[in-house]
Amino acid sequence: MLEFDAVRVTRGPFTLSADLTVPTGARVAVIGPSGSGKSTLLSLVGGFLAPDRGRIRVDGRDITALPPGRRPVSMLFQDQNLFPHLTVAQNVGLGLRPDGRLSDPQRARVAQVLEEVGLEGMETRRPANLSGGQQGRVALARVLLRARPLLLLDEAFAALGPALKAEMLALLGRIADQTGATVLMVTHDPDDARSFAPQTILVEGGMAHPPVPTGPLLDNPPPGLRAYLG
Amino acid sequence: MAAGIFRLTRAEGGGAAAAAALALLIGGTLLAVAWAAQGLSGLGPWDWRAVWFTLWQAAVSATLSAGLAVPVARALARRRFPGRAALVTLLGAPFILPVIVAIMGLIAVLGRNGAINAALRALGLPEVSIYGWQGVILAHVFFNLPLSVRLVLQGWQAIPAERFRLAASLGFAPRDVARHLERPMLRGVLPGVWLAVFLVCLTSFTVALALGGGPRATTVELAIYQAFRFDFDLGRAASLGLVQIGICVAAMALARWIAIPAGFGAGLDADHRPMAPGGWHRISDTLVITAAAGFLIWPMAAVIARGLPRIPALPPEVWEAALRSVVMALISALLAMALSLVLALSLARGRMGWVETAGMLPLIASPLVLGTGLFILLRGWFAPQALALPVTVAINAVMALPFGLRALIPAARTLHGDYGRLADSLDLRGWARLRLLTLPRLARPLGFAGGLAAALAMGDLGVITLFASDRPTLPLQLYQLMNAYRMDDASGCAVLLMAISFGLFWMFDRGGRLA
Repeated sequence: MLEFDAVRVTRGPFTLSADLTVPTGARVAVIGPSGSGKSTLLSLVGGFLAPDRGRIRVDGRDITALPPGRRPVSMLFQDQNLFPHLTVAQNVGLGLRPDGRLSDPQRARVAQVLEEVGLEGMETRRPANLSGGQQGRVALARVLLRARPLLLLDEAFAALGPALKAEMLALLGRIADQTGATVLMVTHDPDDARSFAPQTILVEGGMAHPPVPTGPLLDNPPPGLRAYLG
Repeated sequence: MAAGIFRLTRAEGGGAAAAAALALLIGGTLLAVAWAAQGLSGLGPWDWRAVWFTLWQAAVSATLSAGLAVPVARALARRRFPGRAALVTLLGAPFILPVIVAIMGLIAVLGRNGAINAALRALGLPEVSIYGWQGVILAHVFFNLPLSVRLVLQGWQAIPAERFRLAASLGFAPRDVARHLERPMLRGVLPGVWLAVFLVCLTSFTVALALGGGPRATTVELAIYQAFRFDFDLGRAASLGLVQIGICVAAMALARWIAIPAGFGAGLDADHRPMAPGGWHRISDTLVITAAAGFLIWPMAAVIARGLPRIPALPPEVWEAALRSVVMALISALLAMALSLVLALSLARGRMGWVETAGMLPLIASPLVLGTGLFILLRGWFAPQALALPVTVAINAVMALPFGLRALIPAARTLHGDYGRLADSLDLRGWARLRLLTLPRLARPLGFAGGLAAALAMGDLGVITLFASDRPTLPLQLYQLMNAYRMDDASGCAVLLMAISFGLFWMFDRGGRLA
């Protein structure tokens, strides 16, 4: 369970408050107008931003003061999810050991997850020699390997075409099932929210609202969201 | 939403520690100088003449370099010829060319036995002398004209090709192009170029040492050296140091108002070129390019022609000095790389403006001032002989910092922006982060910075002259050979020094590119 307990963050004129819980294993879309604070919400969970007030807990454990890498969280960004100078195997292996020194069983494990995402035999390639979809798979392979209880996607796959994006979301769904992870996904595309996330957090007017069922929210949006969706 | 930082990480702590050490070293040294100076009352008319000459020669050198750079850069911008790329690259060379080697070259061409005076004698004309104020200014223009040409050329290439296309479609004559496109660009670029040259010439020491001297051609740096070495008047040396600091601080204050462009790096291979008028413009451009290339290449060619055959016969003390200098340059370069990397990484994480200020401190402390200050601080504990080499290594490392930082800060910011969050989220820290992320991604600017630092340290003839050393560096050895009128050995030594300096730069820079 992910818990925002009276969290508030202020940066100049911008403020965001969140007081909500997300049940374990849920798949939640985060939508809202540009600049409303969707990425800020994820940064708070990821540890890239400290709240001015309030606590953030995962399964009852307070993670507010933990550095990003020590949190029970995997995060995918819109781009730069891979280090371009490292091979596919190295990039994935960092999910097991941040110092990159893998044992033989760990190496076998890397090969295994690469196979699971359909990239068998590509261990020694570098990201520049992969297609956009393959790069997404490498990042997802690392997510699978790390198997953290929380998975955050900050407009990941937004740059991919519709078919490829659907494929990535399907793979993401399988990985989330396999690891039992709770997924928070920032998206601009209401269709992604409908197809992937039964629940949605609306971020609007300086406030992250508690998750509500996605379908009814999109069918009958409040005024601010209506203006954004057009 | 920008990611905030809320913990003092190890990288930031390291950066703060490095910056504090640097500020302590330079600030403490300057304080020692100020304390020993006990005001400016000890300075006589001779010293104030040195102050005047310093300002005057820097202004004249800057005006000549910036002024002459305009026709050369214009010709290079609008003409294409075989060897143009090589010439533009060569324009970057004086930055890492040891000053004393260039002086050898100028003496080879313009000295008493040089080609020009031989020709004048043959024609029955009066000879010219390279010694005195004119020699100081000539050497400064030799060093700074190429740098200025590169800066102005960047300005030319920053004019969008579409502007020139529009000018052509409107039927602009060269005069109109100059008025509407070129002069506005030059108004923006030239003040910065002038100031960059002015700043370099303010702390000129080696040129004044070799070609200047006497009442009419002594810079403040040279006066510090003379007070220190010949009169052993530490108080006066310190007073002069105080004046030098004052001049540098005032010049830096000027620099706050005028942006100084970066004189090296990429961006000179743009494909478009401005309109190239024919007729006498073509002829004058050809003459300008030939003259500039000749001015740059002739002195170096003269040294190489004389010195290269001499290298095998160089006495063993020259090889010893070479080895000593290489080791010192390598240590300086590694120190400079480590320091600038630590500072740049912590700067990239933001929020510590004073760290950047500390990194730029070397710009207000000239090498001779630092040397004097360190001597004052350390003389109770160590013999001057023992201080010479370590102090030289340390000061050269510090002096290379601003250049290293200029190369590394933008790269470190990009690295942090692109991969900082990913690395944090994967818990990539400490040595693993350095090995897997920082070094591979920053190898190029780091190699470049190391190359600059190594070449500058290799060719430096500054602080070492303060301490009479029985273990000379290669530039000092060269200077001693020149003073002993062993010009053949000196030429061989100069070629060796030049080759090692360029070789060191190439090695580091290449290493960074291949990594």
